[in-house]
Amino acid sequence: MAVLTERATARPAPVRNTRRIAVAAIVAGWLVLWLILRGHQTLELGTSDLTSLHRWFNDFNDAIGADRNSNPLFLYFFNEIRLVIDNLVTFFQGLISQPSFGRPVPAIGWLGVVAIAGYASWALGNLRVAALAVGGFVFFGLQGLWQESMDTLALTLSAVFVSLLIGIPIGVWAGLSSRVNRLVTPVLDFMQTMPTFVYLAPLTLFFLIGPASATIATLIYATPPAVRITAHAIRSVPHTTVEAAESLGSTRRQTLTKVLLPMAKRTIVLGVNQTIMAALSMVTIAALIDAPGLGKTVVKALETLDVGVAFNAGLAIVVMAIVLDRVTTAASVRAEVAGRASRNSVRRRRAGLVGAGVVTAVCVWLSYTYVWASQFPEGAGLGDDIARTADSVTRWAQSNLSGATNGLRDAMTTALLNPFEDVLTGSPWWLVGAVLVALGAVLGGWRAGATAAVCVALIVASGLWRDSMTTLASSLVATVIVMALGVVVGVWMGRSAMADRLIRPVLDAGQTMPAFVYLVPFLALFGATRFTAIVAAIVYAAPVTMKIIADGIRGVPETAVEAATAAGSSTWQTITKVQLPMARKSLTLATNQGLIYVLSMVVVGGLVGAGALGYDVVAGFSQGQLYGKGLAAGLAIVLLGVMFDRITQAAAQRAAGAPSGR
Amino acid sequence: MPPARRDGSGDRAPVVSVRGLWKVFGPKADRVPDTPELCGLSRRDLMDRTGCTAAVRDVSFDVSPGEVFVVMGLSGSGKSTLVRCLTRLIEPTTGEIVFEGEDIRAADEKRLRELRRHKFSMVFQHFGLLPHRRVLDNVSYGLEIRGTGRAERTRRAQEVVELVGLAGYEHSYPDQLSGGMQQRVGLARALAGDPDVLFFDEPFSALDPLIRRDMQNEVIRLHHEVGKTMVFITHDLSEALKLGDRILIMRDGRMVQCGTGDELVGAPADDYVKEFVRDVPRSHVLTLRWIMRPVRPEDALDGPELGPDVVVREATSAVLAADRPLKVVEEGKLLGIVGNEEILAVVAGTGGGE
Repeated sequence: MAVLTERATARPAPVRNTRRIAVAAIVAGWLVLWLILRGHQTLELGTSDLTSLHRWFNDFNDAIGADRNSNPLFLYFFNEIRLVIDNLVTFFQGLISQPSFGRPVPAIGWLGVVAIAGYASWALGNLRVAALAVGGFVFFGLQGLWQESMDTLALTLSAVFVSLLIGIPIGVWAGLSSRVNRLVTPVLDFMQTMPTFVYLAPLTLFFLIGPASATIATLIYATPPAVRITAHAIRSVPHTTVEAAESLGSTRRQTLTKVLLPMAKRTIVLGVNQTIMAALSMVTIAALIDAPGLGKTVVKALETLDVGVAFNAGLAIVVMAIVLDRVTTAASVRAEVAGRASRNSVRRRRAGLVGAGVVTAVCVWLSYTYVWASQFPEGAGLGDDIARTADSVTRWAQSNLSGATNGLRDAMTTALLNPFEDVLTGSPWWLVGAVLVALGAVLGGWRAGATAAVCVALIVASGLWRDSMTTLASSLVATVIVMALGVVVGVWMGRSAMADRLIRPVLDAGQTMPAFVYLVPFLALFGATRFTAIVAAIVYAAPVTMKIIADGIRGVPETAVEAATAAGSSTWQTITKVQLPMARKSLTLATNQGLIYVLSMVVVGGLVGAGALGYDVVAGFSQGQLYGKGLAAGLAIVLLGVMFDRITQAAAQRAAGAPSGR
Repeated sequence: MPPARRDGSGDRAPVVSVRGLWKVFGPKADRVPDTPELCGLSRRDLMDRTGCTAAVRDVSFDVSPGEVFVVMGLSGSGKSTLVRCLTRLIEPTTGEIVFEGEDIRAADEKRLRELRRHKFSMVFQHFGLLPHRRVLDNVSYGLEIRGTGRAERTRRAQEVVELVGLAGYEHSYPDQLSGGMQQRVGLARALAGDPDVLFFDEPFSALDPLIRRDMQNEVIRLHHEVGKTMVFITHDLSEALKLGDRILIMRDGRMVQCGTGDELVGAPADDYVKEFVRDVPRSHVLTLRWIMRPVRPEDALDGPELGPDVVVREATSAVLAADRPLKVVEEGKLLGIVGNEEILAVVAGTGGGE
């Protein structure tokens, strides 16, 4: 026993110290070699230059295009899927957004949709969210974006429908069987850590550009939360309860339907909420592969740098996100309390719902029959006002704040971004590669080192080494800033319940907002530069890191903090010597998530002047001859993500304290 | 001083009979009980050698009808695993479990379910209630899943709810009740199906001391009223002594000793048990049988008479009041004598059975 404790306490410190020294040595060696070898073997590639791999991708794409209707794999598999999904989307669109069933207008007009939205929100949630839903939907019409909003909604609904159809059963299964869970988890990890834009390109290979690909991309992004949260919900039903049910002789089916599902219901509805939010954010992003809806309006406006229009459509996306979020949150609360209401209030509610149902049916009929209830009256013109206001605010900001914003931008660019980029892009590829592998091995063990080696090799093979390094530089800068913000705000939130109560809703809102929308104000402030992209990535990634760090700080046992205070530590000492070291695992996890989130914004950044990989991907979508290069760039982003994910995860596991970590 | 064995109710066929029960967790668990060499290893060595943990090792006992049989041990001694093995909530590795003449381990899933629905039920440490159901629906859950009609199961549930003293709370939700009351619901749920045997897995460990005492008395009362056979798991010796007709002490998965409370206190099988029972007030547990001495010629034999199974505490005043030693008599036969000396030694905590 004595030997054991000695080993446990004595070992990690010197190991960590040598590790720190090793990292410092690697970085120092790199800088020295960079000074000597600067500019050699940097594997540069011009914007429109292609490698043979890129050409091969192009040819492959063409071959698939030619084969699409003859290859049995396509004929009986991919095309079938595409047809089913297309039909589903067309059906939803025909209901609410597009001319259908031989009519010049959708089956249900605006009045009907508003009525249904209100009715469903009341039935699933409460009157307050019903009012919110009605208000929100009318607002879309007033913005002059009725049809775009309904397209987005139709696409979101179809994707959510399929996501839940697949996700909930798999989630239940994974919740019941740990073997299935072990099988599913890495797949979900992969689906979620992969930057969302990346699978857009390969998907278009198989499902063409259009709503089907958009929906499938959305599925990939939105199904994991449904599976994960359902599995978690089933799994977190207390073991005793399940055991008690079994001890009374429940069959497995009875245990599932009478114990597990009712007890997991509330959490599963939260999973539906997450799925809807993920789907909405992906549907807008999928505008890049020609998905109809609000996202398309934003993308078009961004391409022409029309801040006003982009803002108007972005606002609609935010409103839709808020409405869907609040309604499903209210539904999950309702799932908990519904059974407990007194008999009288249930009766009253039921009567009210029946009445509202009749009104809704009348509205739907009106909107089916009369033009005034079908097409949102024009000339309400709120949208133009919003766009104009946004434009003038932008102009004002540009002329009045440009000193400050440009100063900030230039300072950041010269002080942080340029040096980083110089070192990464200026070193020979083999030097950076060796450094990455060595850092991976030192921080994460030989396995992470090996992964890094494979990723480096593949990035070199993609022909986009230089672009990858540029992207890596800005991603690292963004991650460093994200972590700095995360530590400051996270520690604050973790230590003060008040701060947490105030900040958390803001972070939640930031996370539910589709990634695109951030770009608009920053574009207005900073113009189309690398820096804008970095800021957008920071805004996107910071909430996650803050939350993780706050939870980590809060997870430090009260007694440890108390003991430190009792020993006379100052606040600063408590934070740096007790709370942060004890939250080390959260810090590493936060770095991991921060970097992944930053990387997943790379392509969005490409839209607003980030250049490098992001630009390659965006260009690949729009220009046929660059398709292969875009695909390779997408893969390079994934490789960067995989490499850093593995290294930080392995480091996190070590931090968690596996004594003889690999 | 080896006491003559007090006869419990061993003449009737046992309700539960366990022979050579093993539960080993880990890879290739079934080879452990079969390998004599591995059986002998300590828990730590077994873990190092095979990666397996033996939670229950070679346990055998019988539970008689109507008996309260207590399994006692510290946490990690395997007692909770043992009770779960009896109902196969955990599948035993080897051994024999016979319930009313039926081999439980041979039962298929359907038969096992039948048994769980009708023959035995269990009360859990953390209650395991369904938060989304009212008290009445929690209690009737077992009846519901075996297909009893609504009217009948509501009637029965109402009956047991009253039996456990929860009348008036039928329509509350579990989280509106205190811990003690929640466990009453658990108790009612177990009783609702009218089982032959009740298994209790540390049912009162999560409760406050006062409420725990209430609940213990409740169990004693119920045992008098419904006369069910009970297997009771606890880590609390005083609880074991209070409730148990017989007590089985477990350590590291093995049974250390099995006997009545006074046997454990009077004749601990080893130092572990001795250490365990050290703080028990001996006069509350030991009977006269344990402290009497043989008759000596100079003894006056006209003192009061008492049976050998009278607890010392209850005999104290009689002995101290009389000016002659007390005679311990069983079926007309003089077994021995208890005088002031013997009584005082026990009360002072030095004498009796050591």
